[in-house]
Amino acid sequence: MPVLEGWSYRPADFLLFSERVYWRLFELQDAALWPLQLVALAAGGAVLLLALRQRRGAAPAIFLILAAAWLLVAVSFLWQRYLPVNWAIAYAIPFFLAEAGLLLGLLLGRGGALAAPWSPRLLAAAGLLAYALLAHPLLPLVAARPLASAELFALAPDPTAIVTLAVGAMLVEPRSAWLIMPVPALWCLASFATLLTLGSWQGWIVLAAPVLALSVRLLPADGPSGRVQA
Amino acid sequence: MRRKPLFAASPSSFLPSRRALLVAGAVMAAGASLPGFPLAAGAAPGTRRIPSSGEAVPAVGLGTWITFNVGNDPLLLERSARVMEAFFAGGGRVIDSSPMYGSSQATLGYGFDRLGRPEGLFAADKVWTSSQREGPAQMARSRRAWKVPRFSLMQVHNLRGWEAHLPMLLEKKAAGEIGYVGITTSEGRRHGLFEEIMARETLDAVQVTYNPLDREVEERILPLAAERGTAVIVNRPFRQGALTRRLEGEKLPDFAAEIGASSWAQLILKFILAHPAVTVVIPATTRPEHASENMAASGGPLPDAAMRERISAAIGGL
Ligand SMILES: NC(=O)c1ccc[n+]([C@@H]2O[C@H](COP(=O)([O-])OP(=O)(O)OC[C@H]3O[C@@H](n4cnc5c(N)ncnc54)[C@H](OP(=O)(O)O)[C@@H]3O)[C@@H](O)[C@H]2O)c1
Repeated sequence: MPVLEGWSYRPADFLLFSERVYWRLFELQDAALWPLQLVALAAGGAVLLLALRQRRGAAPAIFLILAAAWLLVAVSFLWQRYLPVNWAIAYAIPFFLAEAGLLLGLLLGRGGALAAPWSPRLLAAAGLLAYALLAHPLLPLVAARPLASAELFALAPDPTAIVTLAVGAMLVEPRSAWLIMPVPALWCLASFATLLTLGSWQGWIVLAAPVLALSVRLLPADGPSGRVQA
Repeated sequence: MRRKPLFAASPSSFLPSRRALLVAGAVMAAGASLPGFPLAAGAAPGTRRIPSSGEAVPAVGLGTWITFNVGNDPLLLERSARVMEAFFAGGGRVIDSSPMYGSSQATLGYGFDRLGRPEGLFAADKVWTSSQREGPAQMARSRRAWKVPRFSLMQVHNLRGWEAHLPMLLEKKAAGEIGYVGITTSEGRRHGLFEEIMARETLDAVQVTYNPLDREVEERILPLAAERGTAVIVNRPFRQGALTRRLEGEKLPDFAAEIGASSWAQLILKFILAHPAVTVVIPATTRPEHASENMAASGGPLPDAAMRERISAAIGGL
């Protein structure tokens, strides 16, 4: 072991909890909130359908659902479950609340136009959103963990962040996207660091989400008719 | 399912013995100059004396970093209480924690609620803040989380804010609010400053990393502790489990039987305890059976200087 004068911290030094404790957080969360999972899935499904069909009032409804999801995750997961084992989460909670506020701001203001329904951008973003809703919760099966520790949109931070990034990718106006994408992107980075330190490959998926969402933003937002839907 | 407490809570049993057995402390210090012949005279088997007071404490303690940070998970809280139960049943009394360790202090509090507090409990905690003003308030919060009336030892964690905290801790010790005062570091960090403080201040205890592979403290810190009559608490005996995991499945050397070590973990603990300057080693665990195994390492024969080198070589060579 080298003699180290002064401080030299490694990522592992900041990790206060074991992998077992981390996955148990989701197991406990899911057990405590059942059957809210059904509501959460329905709400996530609604975001997907609203984005794909884009009837009047679709965008505000999406922002409302997302704001509620960030609020629920901040209180029920971050504050009540994660904070007791990780004091650093105290710094994340205000960001989650701010994200809920930003989403509500977008709801009230203008700038919520989505990419056209059959545009490459909307379809790609919808794919990312569908992954977060339906496939991300099934990762425990691949990782040989109980499905009872599934991470769901609106109940766990990672899928909530990924869904929000997907919606951000759908937004036509860059200004709106830059408003709501930084917090979920930062969360994904933090979560990536945590998962990597815990030795979980799942971290790479969480890291890929903001990269994908930003790449999706480069795709055309016009539909086959060539018109951006407001 | 609520089990019957193992011990009746008795706050008075915490007051560390203030019998000034300075003679025993001096003997301990003298013993320190004889590598290979480490047993502190006057201490019962499996115990060591704190040089500054002569108080005897069991030589194997319990760490709580990561292992006891289980939040409000009922299953893992209960499992932690079972670890404490096995630790106490094996004669363990010294427990180390810190406000930095997430919910570990509260987990200890849960354990004491379930089991009661054993007589002679030696509660070692830390102050971990760079703010001078915050120190006493943090200590009060820690005490409430542990659910103990008083800390036996209060250490400045990783020397954080040590200039401000040390005078405060010495005052609290003089007022009888805490038993002993110490400082900690780990993995060789800031050893230069650590030595300076050890030489200059009157400390009851220091906490450092020491194991068959991390032996830097043998050069200056352990001899200095012996010379100054400072107790030494050893952290990371298993390199946070990296050592025990690496050694899993490897054949234990034949000589382990000569000192009654039946596992690599016990061999490592005996290596550490055989250093004359070491007072307590504080392995952490999530398993009751490991707590019992670790406690069992405190009794029986310890390796002499030659065998210690063989242990170090055997582990280093793998
Ligand atoms: N700067 C500081 O003040 C500082 C720094 C580091 C540590 N510390 C203190 O020192 C304590 C000990 O250090 P540490 O927790 O980092 O690491 P450690 O005690 O070296 O290692 C803990 C690991 O060893 C394993 N283990 C324990 N007993 C075992 C046995 N009999 N057989 C096989 N494996 C065994 C445990 O796994 P199982 O759960 O499977 O048993 C656990 O993962 C800490 O808990 C903390 O209280 C203080």
